Amino acid sequence: MLSQFLNNTSDMSAEQKELTQTPLLKIWVPGMGSSLGQRRGSSRPQFTNCPTMIVMVGLPARGKTYISKKLTRYLNWIGVPTQVFNLGQYRREVVQTYKNYEFFRPDNEEAMKIRRAYASNALKDIANYFTKEQGQVAVFDSTNTTRERRGVILSFAKEKGYKVFFIESVCDDPEIIEANTTQVKLSSPDYENCDKEEALVDFLKRIDCYKMSYVPLDEEKDRHLSFIKIFNVGSRYLVNRVQDHIQSRIVYYLMNIHVTPRSIYLSRHGESELNLLGRIGGDTGLSSQGQKYAKALAEFIRGQSIKDLKVWTSHMKRTIQTAEALGVPYEQWKALNEIDAGVCEEMTYEEIQETHPEEFALRDQDKYRYRYPKGESYEDLVHRLEPVIMELERQENVLVICHQAVMRCLLAYFLDKSEDDLPYLKCPLHTVLKLTPLAYGCKVESFYLNIQAVNTHRDRPTNVNVARKPEEALQTVPEHL
Amino acid sequence: MSSTEDVIMAIPRELTQNPLRKIWMPCKNGLPDKHISQKRVCMTNCPTLIVTVGLPARGKTYISKKLTRYLNWIGVPTKEFNVGQYRRECVKIYKSFEFFRPDNEEGLKIRKQCALAALNDVRQYLSVEGGQVAVFDATNTTRERRATITRFAEQNGYKVFFVESVCEDPSIIAENIVQVKLDSPDYTDCNTEEVIQDFMKRIRCYEKSYQPLDENLDRELSYIKIMDVGQRYLVNRVLDHIQSRIVYYLMNIHITPRSIYLCRHGESDLNVRGRIGGDSGLSPRGKEFAQCLGRFIQDQNIKDLKVWTSQMKRTIQTAEALGVAYEQWKALNEIDAGVCEEMMYEEIQEHYPLEFALRDQDKYRYRYPKGESYEDLVQRLEPVIMELERQENVLVICHQAVMRCLLAYFLDKSAEELPYLKCPLHTVLKLTPVAYGCKVESIYLNVEAVNTHRDKPENVDISRLSEEALFTVPAHY
Repeated sequence: MLSQFLNNTSDMSAEQKELTQTPLLKIWVPGMGSSLGQRRGSSRPQFTNCPTMIVMVGLPARGKTYISKKLTRYLNWIGVPTQVFNLGQYRREVVQTYKNYEFFRPDNEEAMKIRRAYASNALKDIANYFTKEQGQVAVFDSTNTTRERRGVILSFAKEKGYKVFFIESVCDDPEIIEANTTQVKLSSPDYENCDKEEALVDFLKRIDCYKMSYVPLDEEKDRHLSFIKIFNVGSRYLVNRVQDHIQSRIVYYLMNIHVTPRSIYLSRHGESELNLLGRIGGDTGLSSQGQKYAKALAEFIRGQSIKDLKVWTSHMKRTIQTAEALGVPYEQWKALNEIDAGVCEEMTYEEIQETHPEEFALRDQDKYRYRYPKGESYEDLVHRLEPVIMELERQENVLVICHQAVMRCLLAYFLDKSEDDLPYLKCPLHTVLKLTPLAYGCKVESFYLNIQAVNTHRDRPTNVNVARKPEEALQTVPEHL
Repeated sequence: MSSTEDVIMAIPRELTQNPLRKIWMPCKNGLPDKHISQKRVCMTNCPTLIVTVGLPARGKTYISKKLTRYLNWIGVPTKEFNVGQYRRECVKIYKSFEFFRPDNEEGLKIRKQCALAALNDVRQYLSVEGGQVAVFDATNTTRERRATITRFAEQNGYKVFFVESVCEDPSIIAENIVQVKLDSPDYTDCNTEEVIQDFMKRIRCYEKSYQPLDENLDRELSYIKIMDVGQRYLVNRVLDHIQSRIVYYLMNIHITPRSIYLCRHGESDLNVRGRIGGDSGLSPRGKEFAQCLGRFIQDQNIKDLKVWTSQMKRTIQTAEALGVAYEQWKALNEIDAGVCEEMMYEEIQEHYPLEFALRDQDKYRYRYPKGESYEDLVQRLEPVIMELERQENVLVICHQAVMRCLLAYFLDKSAEELPYLKCPLHTVLKLTPVAYGCKVESIYLNVEAVNTHRDKPENVDISRLSEEALFTVPAHY
């Protein structure tokens, strides 16, 4: 850094280049904002400076794939490109039909050869993901139960300059293992044509094959490695040598998730006065339809008979008014406030088109990253909602009464939606979404509470060019008064 | 839901917006009704007792003080209770390690009394004074002592979370002794050699009876075991949000020597005109400051310096002059003054005299209409603080209100003091952790700038005259 600085001292006076603000992201950059690559300033916090391999460790049915998928979903949502590489998938591609547990016997030489081969392919794909696809984190989801296998991975990573972080799941509670097996294994492609009993017997034998050679991560012998050992679904954790920010965030996330059955209810506030007028943002109260919805919501919630329900709102009048109708305590989160539309607050889309046609077009070009002048982007929203997601993970039954853009972000997290899909997710007024974790994903039930409301969903128009005509821009604007 | 019957007829209460914090609250006849959970997640529904565990010189007090500082900063009323202090009040003069010998009956009696006195004060703090977390800082090395504390907590309805520090590295222990024990009131008239010798013997008094938290025997307890200054952690049964945050914090702090440099952007065009907020560029003097800052940083010869800015033009322009890579954090943006953005204080007084007075009444909690409060700022800066803890040498180029919040965290300033901390333009504050606190060096880079610090005026009443309100406004063009 010093040498870089010395090189620049001679042009210090010329160095004070003018800054321009990029039109989409509203980020200040030196020069004409042409080559972002030359910038010294990065607009995103650097989570890590080199790719990271997360390596799962553990016997079958210990939740490795559950953790892998959930962690990947979380990392992608917070903006860290992550992908799972599940060795079971690789196996199924190579060995088309699964016969029985004998494939996994440690003395099955032929199978061992095949297994080593596709493991090696998976590593090649990981290298490809990092170098060609700009991936930042790869989750290597496999048992990795021997020191030898882990050694191979470590050498590979060392050679390529990747960081390695192990996640080991240790569980000796037979009830949990059986529940896992029932929830996810019996419906696996491996057991498509078997009856439940057969599948269970075979799977338990499969686990036995691994048990013999299982060498868990050891506090002493593996003290130079970076890892977290999770005991019995989170009652205890052993964390060793966390190297950087992303590993620290991963540990924090893993320590907050749980598998206790529960449901998360997402809903917007009831229809507001500004909704009726087709105006965005602001801080108005509920319209009369909105008030009806609040009462209907209370009835619906009572009907669901939810144990220990927590209710969260934003700091905005309309969500609080909605919660008030429930007659139960609720918590206000500023982080749940609607996206700040900056200079466009309380405008109709027609007004935005009239006063800021270029902004309106830019937003249609990249709705996720577009930041309103003096306002926020969906990307900013996700960042501010992260603590909400973390707390939702910790909690059990929760009803979140929020806003359209906010609900889209939360929904995208639970349903693993991409940045492109997120800003266009349908979250209509007066509809409650009930999310229940199931197997590796989330079951969604949608309840329209039968109270009329305006539509506030504006689809992406066909023409997103800055040069488009007003009619083309306003084509997809929903009706309003 | 328990009271289903009486809820069926719930009539939504009218809402009113609290004028200071701009929080919507239910009201009856225009007055605020039943208190409901406000603004932030309920950290915990009952008080928490954090209990340190470990031999002397394992960093228990360091951790206690740091954790207390952090929790108070994020708004969780926390207080530490150091049993050593109680002992010093009881036994006015410390003679030698012999006091701590396990066969010293008299010593044991006094020490037990001190522990109980401290627990009594804990009860006062948590149950009477409205504290939320108490940190009980003592060795607590025997299972028996910990059982006494657990019983006490159960009787009073407190959750218990143990923080154990285990360390066998002799160089770290020696360094601890030098850093904090030499200056202890126990050793006022001793030389270094004497102190180290006596203290080592003191540690040995505890070693025989030390029963570390055990994975099996203590599996029902909630605790974190920190091993070798953070190389390794064992975390057991985290019960709630606050414990989860505490674990995350403890896992991110380190003791590697480093310095944090805080400064504001160079003087901006709006600064010069006495206007707040906005997103303007640097004035000519501001640009000069940026150059000086570059030279200053170079002279400091800092190893692996990270530079952070906000996403506002003026901090970025300042960083650009350094000629090194920097990261932009939106979280470091200046406080949002909402409808008052880009106004002069005179204009705020003219258009929003009520708001202006409310702000002077409680500057920490006051939220600008459609804007933020210092309290909001602290919440948005928390991830910045967490990352600052993880990092080593960092230069943060930010803004007045933001810098005040960060400074308050490092220097343990209260919510009342925070909004009035002096953070003038063109001045770099170098913070270096030392012993239990932070050394501050203030370096004015000798480039003139306007003063942007407005003190609290004497009259904060909403009925005050304009002149009284504008009394403390600094000069501008």
